[in-house]
Amino acid sequence: MLKISKLHASVEDKPILRGLDLTVNAGEVHAIMGPNGSGKSTLAQVLAGRDTFKVTAGEVLYQGRDLLPLSPEIRAREGIFLAFQYPVEIPGVSNVYLLKAALNAVRQHRGLPELDAMEFLALIKQKMALMEMNDDLLYRAVNEGFSGGEKKRNEILQMAILEPKLAILDETDSGLDIDALQVVSKGINALRSPDRAMILVTHYQRLLDYVVPDFVHVLSQGKIVRTGGKELALELEERGYGWLEESAPTTAAHAAAKS
Amino acid sequence: MNARDHTLADFARTQATLPGARVPWLVSARQVALERFAQNGFPGARDEEWKYTSVAAIEKRAFVAMSPQSGHDQAAAALVEQFALTGAFHLLVFVNGRYRPTLSAPGRLPAGATLKSLAAALESAPEALEPYLADDRSDNGQTVFGTLNTAFMADGAYLHLSRATVVEQPIHLLFIATQAGAAGALICPRNLIVAEDGAQATVIEHYAGADGTVYLTNTLTQIFTGANAAIEHYKLQQEAPQAFHIAGIHALQARDSRLSSHSVSLGALLARNDISTRFAATGCDATFDGLYLVDGRQHVDNHTRIDHAQANGTSRETYRGVLDGHSRAVFNGKVIVHPGAQKTDARQANHNLLLSRDAEVDTKPQLEIYADDVKCTHGATVGQIDDNQLFYLRARGIEETMARSLLVHAFAGDLIERIRVTSLRTRLEQILLARLPQGERIRELS
Repeated sequence: MLKISKLHASVEDKPILRGLDLTVNAGEVHAIMGPNGSGKSTLAQVLAGRDTFKVTAGEVLYQGRDLLPLSPEIRAREGIFLAFQYPVEIPGVSNVYLLKAALNAVRQHRGLPELDAMEFLALIKQKMALMEMNDDLLYRAVNEGFSGGEKKRNEILQMAILEPKLAILDETDSGLDIDALQVVSKGINALRSPDRAMILVTHYQRLLDYVVPDFVHVLSQGKIVRTGGKELALELEERGYGWLEESAPTTAAHAAAKS
Repeated sequence: MNARDHTLADFARTQATLPGARVPWLVSARQVALERFAQNGFPGARDEEWKYTSVAAIEKRAFVAMSPQSGHDQAAAALVEQFALTGAFHLLVFVNGRYRPTLSAPGRLPAGATLKSLAAALESAPEALEPYLADDRSDNGQTVFGTLNTAFMADGAYLHLSRATVVEQPIHLLFIATQAGAAGALICPRNLIVAEDGAQATVIEHYAGADGTVYLTNTLTQIFTGANAAIEHYKLQQEAPQAFHIAGIHALQARDSRLSSHSVSLGALLARNDISTRFAATGCDATFDGLYLVDGRQHVDNHTRIDHAQANGTSRETYRGVLDGHSRAVFNGKVIVHPGAQKTDARQANHNLLLSRDAEVDTKPQLEIYADDVKCTHGATVGQIDDNQLFYLRARGIEETMARSLLVHAFAGDLIERIRVTSLRTRLEQILLARLPQGERIRELS
């Protein structure tokens, strides 16, 4: 589904990603962990098409096609979804407008008919119930005045409605209390399926207790330096990241080879 | 002949044809005003109040006052149809500055309410108007165009509400400029709204003109609110794109009265609003809302002034502008808290959204506080569409032009939503959507 080869990206001429390799297949959940500043969020933003990051070398293939020339909206319609680390507040645009505009755009791209008002509302209500969200959040401006937990639930709600093929969740667990974490995890798990892949970008293994990954990668200084199974996250929790930076980077190709 | 001399000659030519030409106090008020104009002339760049707005184009065009009958009937009727609002209103139509009964529908007003043309009022009972029209504070000393209006005022609306009179239906004053009648014309409407104690009304002042016509509207509205009275005032400016529009709205508020002023500027090549109120007693409340949407070479200037002259007053001011093309906007908002005006609560905000590199804004909030127990805030921003918001929408599959349209719609919509007259709000919503590249698709979302 996704094949990243020797990806280099920089922001304002400062290199952040320095030769990153990663392969993700349908049905897999990959966790990307690493210390602050290692490039985790940059990777997420680059995949979603944020133009503040310049790709200087390397290649990203998504479903066999070159992803990098595509605009963010085309990527989204092709099935890439980024759950933002900091969901943006948009005063004056109601949540329901955003959901409708987004769903219409995505369905149209996929050759599906637009939902009528009744079908749309029924779908939204069903997904909101899953995320344990109050109906009033639907008519409020996007993320405006939402608590940290409400914002993250709103991201997962959007994901549930748009049904992406590749979901990238950027620190979705940060700022959540344990109850909210459980709700958000439930939402994520409900979307796990054999034809959908997920990349969980996270600093802590806490989320991984609830959403169990197939692979764990450690990102350091813009490269993946270690790849393992879910037990690697526990090891990191115990030992921190320091010991990895001293040891020689292993190749991420292991992950690719295994899958 | 320079512009000032030209205007003086025009006055000499037309003064005998103006309404109230035999009313001594009015003749004298016009004369005083004209002399003030003669002294000052048109404002120049050295005039602080006109620093960013040049009226050279107005001077150059040498507009002349109108003869009373001008204006083609069919053309006027077509414009009225185009600009009339749906729903129930007390409608007064003015064509090229003069009241046109055949196009109007004033309807039945409650007892205690008088609504008629100013010219008619000056004809039948001029003495009732003297305390207001001859009042030198009519333009709050702010603009020379106010004096010009007093000298040349020909017609407009006169609304008088006696004690505790409530007019439920909004009053719609529609000022139409026709191609044949308004070309090259100086049009000086004068409106007078007097609400005695406890009276209430909603008034919409609406200016529109035939596309392609070059004229100058120089209008002035005076509002007097008695104790506990409430006036909701809307001004919708949709002048012809080539026209010039100068407007003053000046209020004087008595104890515990409420004024809300909503000013929407869409048309004209050059538009200037001077909107002010003075809290002459305690407990007054004023809301000043403004929205301007400009493009091309349009220039819009909003000068506002709120005088908290007495204690316990509250004012809320929110102006927002969206600028495209080479357009330019000026905002100058004065809030003056006078000595003794304790417990004043004043907030002011001006936000501008630039859609083009060539658009420009000069914004100047101006707070002057001479009392110590007050709460006053102000803020001004000038910016482009927020990159984070844009990316967020695009990352959800929403195409870029649609995302931009949504964000502009949200920015301007904030002010449109505050309009309480439903059909006016709907009209503005339609106008806004029509101006957005993806407006039709936004409409479908609702």
